[in-house]
Amino acid sequence: MTIAALTKPWQALSYGFLDASAKRELRRKMLKAIAVPGCQMPYASREVPMARGWGTGGLQVTLTLLRPSSVVKVIDQGADDSVNAASIRSFLSKVSGATETWDTTAATILQSRHRIPEERLRADQVLVLQVPNPEPLRPVEPNMSIARQMHADADYGRLWLILYEQIVRSGRVMQGAAYPSLVNGRHVMTPSPIPRWDVPKLHMAQHLTFLSAGREKRLYAVPPFTRVEPLVFSDIPYQVEDHAALTCHRSGLRGYFMNEIPQDDGSAQFELSDSHLGIKAIRQAEGSAVEIGPTWYENGKMPQ
Amino acid sequence: MIAIDTALALQAPQLMTTPPLLTMAGVSRRYGDVVALQDVSATVYPGEVLGIVGESGSGKSTLLRMMNLEDTPDAGDYRLALPDLSGNLFDLDRFARRMLCATRIGIVYQNPHLGLLMKHTSSGNVAERLLIAGERSFATLRGRAREALGASEFPLERMDARPIELSGGMQQRVQLAKAIALEPALLLLDEPTTGLDVSVQALVLDTLKRLQRDRAITMVIVSHDLGVIRTMADRVMVMRRGRVVEQGLADQIFQDPQHEYTQQLVHAKL
Ligand SMILES: Nc1ncnc2c1ncn2[C@@H]1O[C@H](COP(=O)(O)OP(=O)(O)OP(=O)(O)O)[C@@H](O)[C@H]1O
Ligand SMILES: [Mg+2]
Repeated sequence: MTIAALTKPWQALSYGFLDASAKRELRRKMLKAIAVPGCQMPYASREVPMARGWGTGGLQVTLTLLRPSSVVKVIDQGADDSVNAASIRSFLSKVSGATETWDTTAATILQSRHRIPEERLRADQVLVLQVPNPEPLRPVEPNMSIARQMHADADYGRLWLILYEQIVRSGRVMQGAAYPSLVNGRHVMTPSPIPRWDVPKLHMAQHLTFLSAGREKRLYAVPPFTRVEPLVFSDIPYQVEDHAALTCHRSGLRGYFMNEIPQDDGSAQFELSDSHLGIKAIRQAEGSAVEIGPTWYENGKMPQ
Repeated sequence: MIAIDTALALQAPQLMTTPPLLTMAGVSRRYGDVVALQDVSATVYPGEVLGIVGESGSGKSTLLRMMNLEDTPDAGDYRLALPDLSGNLFDLDRFARRMLCATRIGIVYQNPHLGLLMKHTSSGNVAERLLIAGERSFATLRGRAREALGASEFPLERMDARPIELSGGMQQRVQLAKAIALEPALLLLDEPTTGLDVSVQALVLDTLKRLQRDRAITMVIVSHDLGVIRTMADRVMVMRRGRVVEQGLADQIFQDPQHEYTQQLVHAKL
């Protein structure tokens, strides 16, 4: 017997790109993040072949979760075919042997920037959100060590103060994306720059969500069946974007989050932001046997 | 001594029978070599105004910070006779301290930058207090902020201006509104009128007097200005180099100071 027979053949890269110690670091922090929902865990962020700010945080979490049997979907603003999403997805499959998909219902791991798909995620799926600014207190407290103390004290008065002042100034809450939300009744998190439309999807969801910021080296999690409550005043209800009555001009679907496409004549048309849901709807209308999964919103409303 | 006894005997009997709201005993605090407080004890009765005078560096602000639980002494005991509160308050954890300060104690700092978020609106500064205490109705927040600012005689048409755009007197009124918004059991005032010109000072003192009369708030007011103390205080405590050198009823301290230092202080003023 030779030594060569006992060892694995030489490989140019570790499985899943990250080396074992990087993965161990991430796994430890991901477990901690699950243990304390919404609490930001600092981690040693590694170099990945992508510039910081392009989803390196999400990428590291996804790389750590992957196995050959994984099925990955990557979206950027709801689209599977944007350059960034496509190259992340092909990188993921190349280094792990995982299967690529555009179909939300087929995926086991979904990495996303700015959106949560419209089809309901299940308990066997993991959502990984890319986060540019993980600190919800940044607008009110530039000093990050004081901000950490404020989290420890659950001292969130000033976040409410911002909402108060928006209502005083503009008559309504102006916060669009990244709406600060209380997780498990304890930590306020930034749900990454997803629109208000998507925040209720995290509340008591069946799936596990990781949120990870590569540049800021922080990750946090929303475990399954965890409360995620946007900060709202008791007399001014939380409002999602006014998209319930819009119709997608390509698929004819209605009641989902739309992208606005300005037209030459100054009017606007709307198109499903979750592009693959649109594709499925069109195929279905053409007579193909395509299955659209149950969606979070029904007739433009999120059932409570 | 005799003077004190007769003065106490002349007080309304209820003042004698109600237990003190604030009791501090044996509080000492050193910062390196500096003895900021040395074995300081104090009592304040409900509805009473305690004035603290003393030269610069005598530990007045440090004592007030202790009363506001912002700092922990090396030794000492601090109690407030409030429902659900017992034991030495210095033993409370950070969270309990913060809730207690936010809901039961109001403070006005000499420097408004310490007490106010300068980049937020004035009404927002007051609302923040209520938010920390758990108020979540916008209409209630707005209404109570307006009410507190009104009670502090703040010009309401400017309630959404930022403190940084306001005059010193108005800033102190915002601090005061913030301090009284939750109807605290104890109001701490650290040189609330120092740095204001004399006419504005008189107006702020008027407001304080009126609040005291209308709401019977228990107050501790620190000032090195004997005039302010004379106007406001029922009882006076004189501090020097971290110690209490004399205390008694205001009239008695001003008319018949016992301690040499107090005598100098009173005579210098007159
Ligand atoms: N955080 C601190 N660190 C170090 N020394 C301190 C601190 N706080 C107070 N001191 C010292 O304790 C002493 C008492 O200070 P304090 O601010 O209580 O005086 P004061 O009576 O309020 O004076 P003033 O009338 O000037 O406001 C001073 O010598 C001060 O330098
Ligand atoms: Mg002072």
